[in-house]
Amino acid sequence: MYPSPNGRLPGQLLIDRMTATAHDRGLLSQDPKIPLVSMMNIGKSFPGTRALKGISFDLGQGEIHALVGENGAGKSTLMKILAGVYPYGEYEGEILIAGRPQRFRNISDAEAAGIGFVHQELSLVPELSVAENIFLGRAPQRLGTIRWDEMYQRTGRLLDQVGLELDPRTPVLQLGIGQQQLVEIAKALSHEVRILILDEPTSALTETEAETLFRILRVLSAHSTGIIYISHRLNEVFRLCDRITVLRDGSSVLTENADRLDEPRLIQSMVGREMSQLFPPVQRSPGNVVFEVRGVALENDSLPGQPLLQDISFSVRSGEVLGIAGLMGAGRSELLMALFGGYGEKPTGQVFIQGKEVKLKDPCDAIAHGIAFVTEDRRRYGLLLDQNILHNLTIAALRQISGRVLTNEPGEIGLADKLVRDLQIKTPSLFTSAGVLSGGNQQKVVLGKWLLTKPLVLFLDEPTRGIDVGAKEELYRRINDLANQGLAVVLVSSELEEVMGLADRILVLHRGKITKEFSHANATSEKIMACAVGHPELS
Amino acid sequence: MPASSKPLPAPPSPSTPNIPLRKKFSYAQLQPFTLVFALAVVWILAAYFTGGVFLEARNFSNLMRQMAVTGILSIGMLMVIVSSRIDLSVGSMVGFTGMVAALVQSSARHGLVDSILAAILLGVFVGVLQGALVAYVEIPAFIVTLGGLLAWRGATKGISSGETIPLRVARLQALGQEYLSPATGAAIAIAAIAALSWLVFRRNRARRRLSLPSWSAVQVALRILLPSALIIALTVGLNSYAGVPIPVLIFLMIALLGAFVMRNTVFGRYLYAIGGNADAARLSGINLRRQVLIVFALMGLLSAIAGILYTARVGSASPDAGLLLELDAIAACVIGGASLMGGRGTVLGACLGALLMASLDNSMSLRNVPDFIQDIVKGGILVAAVGIDVVSRRRSS
Repeated sequence: MYPSPNGRLPGQLLIDRMTATAHDRGLLSQDPKIPLVSMMNIGKSFPGTRALKGISFDLGQGEIHALVGENGAGKSTLMKILAGVYPYGEYEGEILIAGRPQRFRNISDAEAAGIGFVHQELSLVPELSVAENIFLGRAPQRLGTIRWDEMYQRTGRLLDQVGLELDPRTPVLQLGIGQQQLVEIAKALSHEVRILILDEPTSALTETEAETLFRILRVLSAHSTGIIYISHRLNEVFRLCDRITVLRDGSSVLTENADRLDEPRLIQSMVGREMSQLFPPVQRSPGNVVFEVRGVALENDSLPGQPLLQDISFSVRSGEVLGIAGLMGAGRSELLMALFGGYGEKPTGQVFIQGKEVKLKDPCDAIAHGIAFVTEDRRRYGLLLDQNILHNLTIAALRQISGRVLTNEPGEIGLADKLVRDLQIKTPSLFTSAGVLSGGNQQKVVLGKWLLTKPLVLFLDEPTRGIDVGAKEELYRRINDLANQGLAVVLVSSELEEVMGLADRILVLHRGKITKEFSHANATSEKIMACAVGHPELS
Repeated sequence: MPASSKPLPAPPSPSTPNIPLRKKFSYAQLQPFTLVFALAVVWILAAYFTGGVFLEARNFSNLMRQMAVTGILSIGMLMVIVSSRIDLSVGSMVGFTGMVAALVQSSARHGLVDSILAAILLGVFVGVLQGALVAYVEIPAFIVTLGGLLAWRGATKGISSGETIPLRVARLQALGQEYLSPATGAAIAIAAIAALSWLVFRRNRARRRLSLPSWSAVQVALRILLPSALIIALTVGLNSYAGVPIPVLIFLMIALLGAFVMRNTVFGRYLYAIGGNADAARLSGINLRRQVLIVFALMGLLSAIAGILYTARVGSASPDAGLLLELDAIAACVIGGASLMGGRGTVLGACLGALLMASLDNSMSLRNVPDFIQDIVKGGILVAAVGIDVVSRRRSS
């Protein structure tokens, strides 16, 4: 165990103090049988989707409880409710902390009740020091001036306890990601937490850093702090956690002690759902290879030594849909962006289009070579929200449609009009601004924009995120049609059934590497999930 | 390209459920009219407070000539702002290029052409330099051009040794001070109306061909008659004093060209895309850097033209000529509906904004309103105009 300067175990000092204050504030139940947290029948809707369908979840004192599930299963939403990000009234159901009903109006309420949340994306201010970050917005004061000495002293104690040997005055931007993660945890602990929520805490940590984190978490739990641990890394979950709850499509499908579960069963319950009838049958006869990559790699600027992509090789034929599956952060979007020239000349490796090697240094090159890229997050990367549909549809192909200098508006209107009808984009007119359309229609506009460039290869990144089922089905048919017309399609999606339903072949990425390739016929969600979490041997 | 011939779903009706009907008359569409309305209010008030002097032919002619320089700058500034950049150096550039023009013509060996050429080359060169720093070195435009604001003013003082240089070449002065003969002005006006009518008819034909709803006879008539009435009013108004001032003619030509560039060229379309969503624009294959470089080069060119006209109008180049003109140009764009976040704004709006600012200046000077009050009023109106814009947009969205 990491010795701290005063000879005690990390976390010990803090815990003594925390336990005392928590008792003072009545946060700690005297009866260990009463769960620390119990969430009952929690429901939550977003426009168009039901994110949580009545989930019950509890956490005992000193328990480490894992929350697992596919992307979009509802883990983060559930935890945001517990942490007061979604206030009382925006969800249904009831939350009890140590047996008492709670109605959090905001994050501060939840913090006051002893809940600390370490988010997946780090939320430290890089320019400020470690101490300033930990005490952001609540620095110790006297007469409105900050008591720096006290702040540094208290920070020093907290850092000891998470096993960080750092000067509290160090600016956060000088720290590595792993150290920042520990600072986040110190920050959460400074709130005198009884309940600590960690969302994918190890995704940016090295093995050693992760080990340190686990030791700290065990010490905390030994002193009756309850920990909710969200992770995709099943081996960590089994090593660290007492109990495991699996969420799927907004419902809780399984809660079991970790020692009574094994990985295959866990994986099965994470994905176990029926293949829906949304997908047109895959009956394609692919032609020649139009797009091939060999040995593509991409370094991670913020985390040297842990590349975002390494040794990626694959090919796509015309009339074929290649699916790319993997968990969040596996490098799926980065792969498409790198191949599209979005990272300039940083990625290494070779790209061949119709057998000829090409260099794609920027999106202009990629478009000129017949690649089209329907990016994820259409509002951020795809659309000009303030501008009309006509201008959105023609922007990528403008050079092809127009003369050298002048635009050819009649020509544009003709093409756009045809697209609106073909893709059945529902809009009052071509001159409606893109921002007011529904998600599904916006996605069709983005797709239409790329079809106008007459591509050979179509990249689709999360094409159906945030659109309703009807629009999804329409889009699936469209993708199928495009492939049948001879387009080579590369499809990235977090929804396994989407990839399995549409793709002729499926590549699974795990931490920037291809772990396995499946054909349409022999892919099952269990096998794909096993490869996505880094256990190809289970598939 | 003709619409496809295969059977198609019925054209969506305007009452498509997910788009509220109210959007049909969104604030954005009404915005140009509110600007015209504001201008009318200012003019009526100005006429009232000056006992009608404001609307007299001589003053109208002066007003138009005064706004020409700001107007030309506003057109360039609009392009810069639409691409979500800013140029603070244009006031200093007006002084710098004007001074270079004056210095070149002050030696007997160089005449009108040399002087204009020198100023324009300088303007374009500085524009390219600043544009390269913004686009390729990625220094924020605010900083680069704030540096320019100081540096080019300093350079102006340096090359003039702090003295005012009078214009020797009469034809250079004429550029700023002379008028077209009334007959020429009328001829140009008639040509403009003819061209306008032809364009309207042609567009209507194109609409019919594309099976868009074509305009009714009344709409066609309005689209021809309204602008024609403005052209006639402008020409008659200016002719009833001494004719169309040459700077006004140059300004109007640049405005037409600018509006055309922003509406009908690939370059203009790309500018709106860059300002609207830089990420999406880049991923759509737009070369951001080249666009930004060109836009700053254009701003430099227009600053030089404005500098020449300013010097010509005043008859001499002083070291502090053009001081704070960048702020007038920015204010004109913003009052005209441009967003400093980029992606939004029109040349027509910027020109109306410039006219509004010039009208305030002119009318308050006529009433001998002290300088400091003029500044306060202009500042207040700028903030109020943007405030109204922001609040109305929030309400309509």
